Order: sequence, then C-alpha cells, then structure tokens
Amino acid sequence: MYAPYPENMMESIKKVEATREARMKTEPRRLTAEEKDDLLEKFHPDYNPDSFAEIKVGPNKGQKAPVELAEMLHSTSRLMTDKVDISKIDYDVDVLVIGGGGAGSSCAIEAHNAGANVMIVTKLRIGDANTMMAEGGIQAADKENDSPVQHYLDAFGGGHFKAKPELVKRLTSEAPEAIQWLNRLGVEFDKEDDGRMVTTHGGGTSRKRMHAAKDYSGAEIMRTLRDEVINLGIPVIEFTSAVELIKDDKGQAAGAVLLNMETGDYSVARAKTVVIATGGAGRMHYNGFPTSNHYGATADGLILAYRAGAPLLYQDSIQYHPTGAVYPSQILGALVTEKVRSVGAQLVNANGEAYIHPLETRDVNASGVIRECREGRGVDIPGGLKGVWLDTPMIEILGGEGTIEKRIPAMFRMYMNYGIDMRKVPILIYPTLHYQNGGVEINGDGFTNIPNLLVAGEAAGGIHGTNRLMGNSLLDVIVFGRNAGKKAAAKYGEVTLGNMNLDHVAAYDKELKDAGLDTHEVSPKLLPKYARHERTAE
Amino acid sequence: MEQMVNVYFYGKKYQVPGDLTIMTALEYAGYTLVRGVGCRHGFCGACTTIYRIKGKNELHTCLACQTQVQEGMYIARIPYFPTDKRTYNIEDLKANQEVMMSLYPEIYACIGCNACTKACTQSLNVMQYIAYAQRGDFKACAEESFDCVSCGCCSVRCPAGISHPMVGMLARRLNGKYLTPEAEHLNTRVEEIKEGKFDEAMKDMMNKPLDEIKELYNTREIEK
Ligand SMILES: Cc1cc2nc3c(=O)[nH]c(=O)nc-3n(C[C@H](O)[C@H](O)[C@H](O)COP(=O)(O)OP(=O)(O)OC[C@H]3O[C@@H](n4cnc5c(N)ncnc54)[C@H](O)[C@@H]3O)c2cc1C
Ligand code: SF4
Ligand code: SF4
Ligand code: FES
Repeated sequence: MYAPYPENMMESIKKVEATREARMKTEPRRLTAEEKDDLLEKFHPDYNPDSFAEIKVGPNKGQKAPVELAEMLHSTSRLMTDKVDISKIDYDVDVLVIGGGGAGSSCAIEAHNAGANVMIVTKLRIGDANTMMAEGGIQAADKENDSPVQHYLDAFGGGHFKAKPELVKRLTSEAPEAIQWLNRLGVEFDKEDDGRMVTTHGGGTSRKRMHAAKDYSGAEIMRTLRDEVINLGIPVIEFTSAVELIKDDKGQAAGAVLLNMETGDYSVARAKTVVIATGGAGRMHYNGFPTSNHYGATADGLILAYRAGAPLLYQDSIQYHPTGAVYPSQILGALVTEKVRSVGAQLVNANGEAYIHPLETRDVNASGVIRECREGRGVDIPGGLKGVWLDTPMIEILGGEGTIEKRIPAMFRMYMNYGIDMRKVPILIYPTLHYQNGGVEINGDGFTNIPNLLVAGEAAGGIHGTNRLMGNSLLDVIVFGRNAGKKAAAKYGEVTLGNMNLDHVAAYDKELKDAGLDTHEVSPKLLPKYARHERTAE
Repeated sequence: MEQMVNVYFYGKKYQVPGDLTIMTALEYAGYTLVRGVGCRHGFCGACTTIYRIKGKNELHTCLACQTQVQEGMYIARIPYFPTDKRTYNIEDLKANQEVMMSLYPEIYACIGCNACTKACTQSLNVMQYIAYAQRGDFKACAEESFDCVSCGCCSVRCPAGISHPMVGMLARRLNGKYLTPEAEHLNTRVEEIKEGKFDEAMKDMMNKPLDEIKELYNTREIEK
C-alpha cells in the first residue's frame, strides 16, 4: 500500500477512506448565522483577548491591535538615531509608489498612462510580493446570473457588514473592467474554447464568479503586470524600502525616506503624491501562527502612515486561512488554496467525519479546524502540532482523472516534492496567518486623511470589513491600484509642495516618550528576524 | 534529538537539522537573507540555487525554499542572473512568428542540448517550449511554460544564451491577449455597467437598513 505518512496518520486515513463514498453522496449542511457566531467566538484567534494590546498613542489610541503590531506602533523611527539630510533630493517625481506588488504595479501603469512621472520603490524585487503567491483566483460578477449588486451583498455580508459601502461599491462595480483590463494585457484566464470564463465558487460566494489562471492566478497576474511596468520604462528601485514618509509644512505628503536594503544607505524621494502599496503583515506572526505570506510582509505601510497621522481601520482583524500546510514541516504555513475545496475536496477530521461545509467563509472554517483539533478530533503531527484532512482524492473522483494536475498544478507539485501524491492520499492542514483584513483607512477615492497620500491593496482598510472573501483581494489590488494611479495622476498637477520636513516623526517619538513607551525596537520592521545567532546574548 | 546533516554554504561547512530547507538551513546557520529570498513558498523564483552532493558528479539546480537539505550538499546561490528581457508595446504586436524573430532571435541558435529542461526547477519541458516559440506556436509555448517561476536556472545553463522565461512570458501574453477569444459575457457586462444598468439597484442596496441587508444575505440563494 502507498504510505507516504507515518503510521498514526495512515491509520486515520483508513477512516477517511471508509467514509468517502458515503460523504460524496451528501453535502455537509451549511451553518446557521447563530452557529457561525458561536463557533467564531469560541475558537477564532481574533476573539482571544490575549493576542491583543491597547494602542497607547496616535489616531487609534485606546483601540486594540495584535500584540506584535502594537509593539511596532509603540516603537520609534530609525530616523531618530540615523540622521538623514532630506534637503538632498535623490529622486523627484509626480507619483511615488511604495511597494512593487499587484497594487503598486497597477497603480504605476495607470499613472504612467495618464502622463505622470511615476516611480516604484520596493523592498525586494518587483513581484516578490503576496500578489505573486495568490493561487485561487479573482472575483468579478460577469456571468448572466450574477451582478455587481449580488457581488456587493456577498462581500459586504462576508465582511460581517462592517465594510465601508462606497469601497465595496467600487470593488464590485469596477470588477468586470479590471478583468477585462488584465485580459487585454495578456493575462491568461481559464476559459472555455469560445472564450467564456471558467468560473467557480469560493468560500462565501453566492454565484460562481471566481476567475482563475490554474492555481497560479496571482503569479500570472503579477508577472504580466511586471512585464508591462518594464515595457513602459517605469523606474523601479528594488531592494529599497520606504522607512518614513516626508511631509511638508502644509501637512501634505511630500515623499519618503528610502533605505537601501543591501548597503544600509539612505536616500530621499520627493513626490507630489504618494501611494502606499506595501501589502500585508503575515511575517509579523500574530499569535505565533505560521504564515502563507512572502518574506517582506511586515505591515510597514501601516506604521509609516500611522506615524504621519493617518488612522487605521480594523487593524485588529486578521484572516487565518483555514487550510495551511502542517505536514511535512518543510512546507509549514504554506497555503493550500481554497480552490482545492472549490473543486471538491472536503474537510474531514481524524475520525473520517466531514464536520463542516468546506465552503463556509474563511473565519468560520478556520475556527472549525481549530475546534476539531482542540476537542480531540485532529490528527497528531510530530512536533506537537495537529491538523485535519483535506480529502483531495475526492477531486479526481468528482472531476475525473487528471483534474488535480490540470486545475491545481502548484499544489500537486508542492506535495510531490515531498513524495505525497494528493491524488491518492488526503493532505493535512491547519489554519495559517494569511491576510490583513484592515489597514490604513481610505475614502471612496482611495485617499487618506493626509493630503495627497493614497493607499491601495492589502495595506488599505475598510474594503473587506472584518473578513475578506477569497478572490476579493486580488480584485481589490487591481481595482484600487488602478484607481490610485488615476487619482494620483489627476491630482499632482494641482499640488505645490512647501518645505519638506520630518517633524511628525519627532512628534511621534515625543508622544511615545510621554506615554512612557520604550520597546527597544525600531519600526517599521522591514524583515522578520529569522537568522539564528547561537552565541549572541539577548 | 533531530537528525543533523553537514552542508557547505559557499564551501564552508555547517551542521544543520536534516528536516530544514536550504533556505531555513541558511538562517539556522546565521545568515540574514536579503537577496535570493522572496515568497518562501515556491512562487517567485528569487531563491535560485545550485548544489552538488559531495563525491558525486552531477550539478543540480533548485529553489532553496522548496528543497530539503541532504548530507554533503555543496551549495551556492544565484540571487541574480542577467536574463535579457526585450521591451515592446503589446498593443502593437501581432501574434505571428516574426515577433519572436525580431524580439528573441537567439532562440533560433538553440543547439538542442536539453540542458535547460534538465535544469528546470518546475520540471517543465523547456527545450520544447523554446521549440514551440521558434515555430510561432505561441499557444503551445504558453501552455508548456505556464508554471515557470522565472528562476532563470535554465538560462544559467544555456550555451545559446537564451532567456527562456522571457520567451515564455511573451508567448503567454500573446496567447492571452490575441489567440484566445475574448469573453463575450465579460465585455457585455462592462458595457452594462458603463451604461448605468445597475446604478439604481446598487444605490438601493447600499441604502437599505442593516437588518434588511442581513436578512437578504442570510437567505440569499446559492448557485449550485
Ligand atoms: C499565499 C497567498 C495566496 C493568496 N490567494 C489569493 C487568492 O486566491 N485570491 C485573492 O483574491 N487573494 C489572494 N491572496 C491575497 C492577495 O494575494 C494579496 O492580498 C494581494 O495580492 C496583496 O497585494 P498588494 O499589492 O497589496 O501587496 P503585495 O503584493 O504583497 O505587494 C506589496 C509590496 O510592497 C513591498 N513593500 C513592503 N513594505 C515596503 C516598504 N517599507 N518599502 C518598499 N516596499 C515595501 C513588498 O515587498 C511587496 O513587494 C493570497 C495571498 C497569499 C499570501
Ligand atoms: S523554465 Fe527556466 S526560469 Fe522557468 S521555472 Fe524552469 S528553470 Fe526556472
Ligand atoms: S539549453 Fe539552450 S541550447 Fe540547450 S536546448 Fe535549451 S535552449 Fe537549446
Ligand atoms: S523564495 Fe520564492 S520561490 Fe523560493
């Protein structure tokens, strides 16, 4: 018998196999609204008070944030010790885009096409970003039985009715055009022979509106945008992070102080409009969770904007993706795309029971996995971890032989690297830290309260309320990225900059001192500290 | 006690736990990575690495984040390789053979050595997709190169100096834009939205009292 797992797991697999035929005949029941609330309250990490701290300074003072984020908000700037002469300007542009992921790239393309002199600075390489990693797909209501209004209802309800209505309206109304734009740039969406989009469900969708490019949806979008940015000749300053915004004496955003990640040298960018597109925060490892995010996802944009006086929204709402890999250890935290469930795999506990509908919203499904594991129905994994099964062989039974390689090749490859053939055996999952639901508050046009400062993509808050649906983030990145590019390009002509300064940085530092805060850290974090230094004293 | 193995980073020996990937082993050894690391989950192609097992002849290429360490690995990373991307305006191109001839003429210098295919970290048939590109069969080239993560391992090994990932990229854009029919329903929907077909209904939805929206949401019909 094919046995790629240790003995205890193979024992449990027997139970999964024994119930498979019966499970395939019935669909697990959907939970009622009350049952969902109950599950979330008892098991979702967002409801665990220990994982949050009160914010002591700044616009959101008195509210809570994840402990690790609060620590960064309570830390001071590098520029309090490293002195940078901001009168020496290295780059002078109309639109400065911070972050070369999906939002930053779409923003730069639109700003360029509208005639602006635009530049991207980015921490690692352009495309080393969460956008590159998105697997499952992107939503848009473009089928006959669907409409932007239906999409609105799904997104608004899925986000627990807490999203800003004008943001959801833009998200859903501009979705079809976003797909069209991408397709005309050459993004290869999964299609029927006649060009009709292949669309599926995602957790929380009421219509099949998930568009995909196999399970490399984000990669296909990101590499196409990157190719276009280079074709257009837009300057991209790689291995360079923004460490602080610069403002002028009128209180407007006026540029940023940049740090060369390799040499440690600083430089200064002046800009009439600034767009923060720095993405998420998975590498902050909230609650000690592993993460699906890329190496540079450390919430920098939130820190920069906050220090400059922009409020955050729903900074205490984190998305744990229900299905992160937990075994083998080499892929711990890696995402197992929701599409695996969209194409038919059920969530099954150690006893072989399909204990929940696989396409409940993410927070509900994540809570469900945690419940099964805490209540003794999880599978034991070396190292003290637990997980439940994702019954992947069902996919081939339902969709026919070859479905896995055709529809989820990246997943197939990731497991085959470690000798696990998911066509034959199920895979083990546990929630992984996945997405920052909140972020810097923006208005319907993408602007913050600081004049000429915009935010787009995962760094923005309010679009998804307190829970984002699969496929609405890639969408938001394109819709709000493009929007920011167009708005910034329309704006810069009216902007006259005053004297540039970093007064807000000093003021924030004083506020920290007055509140008696000293974390011994500087922020933003830029990169997680993974290097092990055996003999370094703490 | 975890099983330790000996690996050599740039020739220097380190003992690391055997269940680590090359990437996490570097960090275990004390390296702080800035170059040669991106997504850490096999999607971005930043972590291009070559290794040879002590005493064996074969030179391997891999992604450091996706490859488990083994005893006796001699490891060097290639955080950057000068692949050569040509620029173009996608709107001006035609999806015919001349495109490749003018933008990537070096593909016709391929000597069929298959080193690219052997080097591919995604197990793609790279030589084949280059052959499709030569023939102007962009659909086949796009399909065959689809899982490429642009790690450049193939280009490192190519005696003809071909920038394979860039060739695949061009083929996919041509295929996505020109060779695959546009979606009628998508274009129709974009027009409908422009004409304001959903404006009333959207306004209506946005202005509903919260309780009513909740009711609508909780009782909405879900497509089978
Ligand atoms: C594994 C995974 C799978 C996903 N799957 C899906 C999916 O199927 N569907 C979906 O809709 N969404 C999905 N998402 C979510 C979605 O991909 C991201 O939320 C979205 O792509 C974020 O785009 P962004 O442009 O805002 O940020 P990113 O794409 O992360 O780009 C941000 C960029 O900013 C850079 N940066 C950060 N800080 C600084 C700084 N201080 N200075 C300069 N540059 C900086 C980063 O290095 C990065 O390049 C997934 C996410 C992950 C991680
Ligand atoms: S084709 Fe070349 S660049 Fe693409 S994944 Fe394979 S080796 Fe890497
Ligand atoms: S390595 Fe270069 S020359 Fe050899 S088969 Fe591949 S493309 Fe042709
Ligand atoms: S770090 Fe992205 S592929 Fe390895």
